[in-house]
Amino acid sequence: MLQSDWPLYEVFIRGRNGLSHKHAGSLHAADSKMALENARDVYTRRAEGTSIWVVPSVEITASDPADKAAFFEPTADKIYRHPTFYKVPDGVENM
Amino acid sequence: MYTQSLNGTPTDSDLSQDDREALVRFQARIDRDEKIEPNDWMPAAYRKTLVRQISQHAHSEVIGMQPEGAWLSRAPTLKRKGVLMAKIQDEAGHGLYLYSAAETLGVARSDLVDQLLSGKAKYSSIFNYPTLNWADLGAVGWLVDGAAIMNQIPLCRCSYGPYARAMIRVCKEESFHQRQGYELISDMANGTPEQHQMAQDALDRWWWPALMMFGPSDKDSAHSSKSMQWKIKRFTNDELRQKFIDATVPQGDRIGLKLPDPDLKWNASEGHYDYGEIDWEEFKRVLNGDGPCNVERMEIRTAAHENGAWVREAAAAHAEK
Repeated sequence: MLQSDWPLYEVFIRGRNGLSHKHAGSLHAADSKMALENARDVYTRRAEGTSIWVVPSVEITASDPADKAAFFEPTADKIYRHPTFYKVPDGVENM
Repeated sequence: MYTQSLNGTPTDSDLSQDDREALVRFQARIDRDEKIEPNDWMPAAYRKTLVRQISQHAHSEVIGMQPEGAWLSRAPTLKRKGVLMAKIQDEAGHGLYLYSAAETLGVARSDLVDQLLSGKAKYSSIFNYPTLNWADLGAVGWLVDGAAIMNQIPLCRCSYGPYARAMIRVCKEESFHQRQGYELISDMANGTPEQHQMAQDALDRWWWPALMMFGPSDKDSAHSSKSMQWKIKRFTNDELRQKFIDATVPQGDRIGLKLPDPDLKWNASEGHYDYGEIDWEEFKRVLNGDGPCNVERMEIRTAAHENGAWVREAAAAHAEK
């Protein structure tokens, strides 16, 4: 018996208070409420989280790995954005 | 192991020049230990091998709930019942992580489930053996989960990112499975003479099937070289089997149980235990459907799927409102 799958959701979990949500995995669910409850059952069985986000996978727009080189190129030659680019004389402190 | 029935990988013949160049770049990424992610270019054979391996692994987790589920209502104490329930829930979760990883390769969950129910897809031979007495649950945790961990730890470094990440999560959870089994069987080994006998009986029956979990011997396993080249596999079947034996023999000694292999002997010059011949005819028989429980396992799985149909339909109807 073949039937079509429920929509896919991506699951994001906040591990501890003060941390940001991090991608944990995905699951199928009929609606977002079921996605949230199933995410709790599947991804936080050992108190791994204090907050969960579920997002329909189709709503995520991702950068294309094939364009990776061109897409991230503008940042590659701007080493002056890093503090280690600058010389500071020996003996200068608190900088 | 959980994917012991892989029937070789497709060949890379009939490739265009572009494909050939892409293949060289792909192998270079693998050789640099880069992870391959879902939207990255990958050879069709790599994708196909992974879909088969990951989905068979997922099916094994799902079918693997049955031998233990059979004892849920007969656990001797509330503590053991709680432990068993937690372990079975974990197996369901592991099935989900793995199905999700397989789906990132572009297959539909419903197709994978259909392949299991139609008998087209295989699962590990180990789950076609019955759990006959309570000590079997100890042997399953100690040996079956122990062998699974031995296989899954190198898979945490698998070249395919989603599979590797699923394995990391599974391994974290699985170590409790092995420890609870070892505790259970050692409690029985140190109990009354009758309990000790039950523990020994369980070990006698599970030892050889557990060794078969690592799949055919290297000399009969022609198709693992491609998986090694792609860093899906990191060790051969026989290497993993040997590691498992070397780790397990002292664990058996420690609790006074005897492994049922008269040829088992420490080989000081090799630094390994020598072991007796595995009955590969039995392995093939069980894998091809003629084990003690193959029919029962599929009947129960199919009934669970069909009996759950109304729940899925109701949830879909509710979501539409």
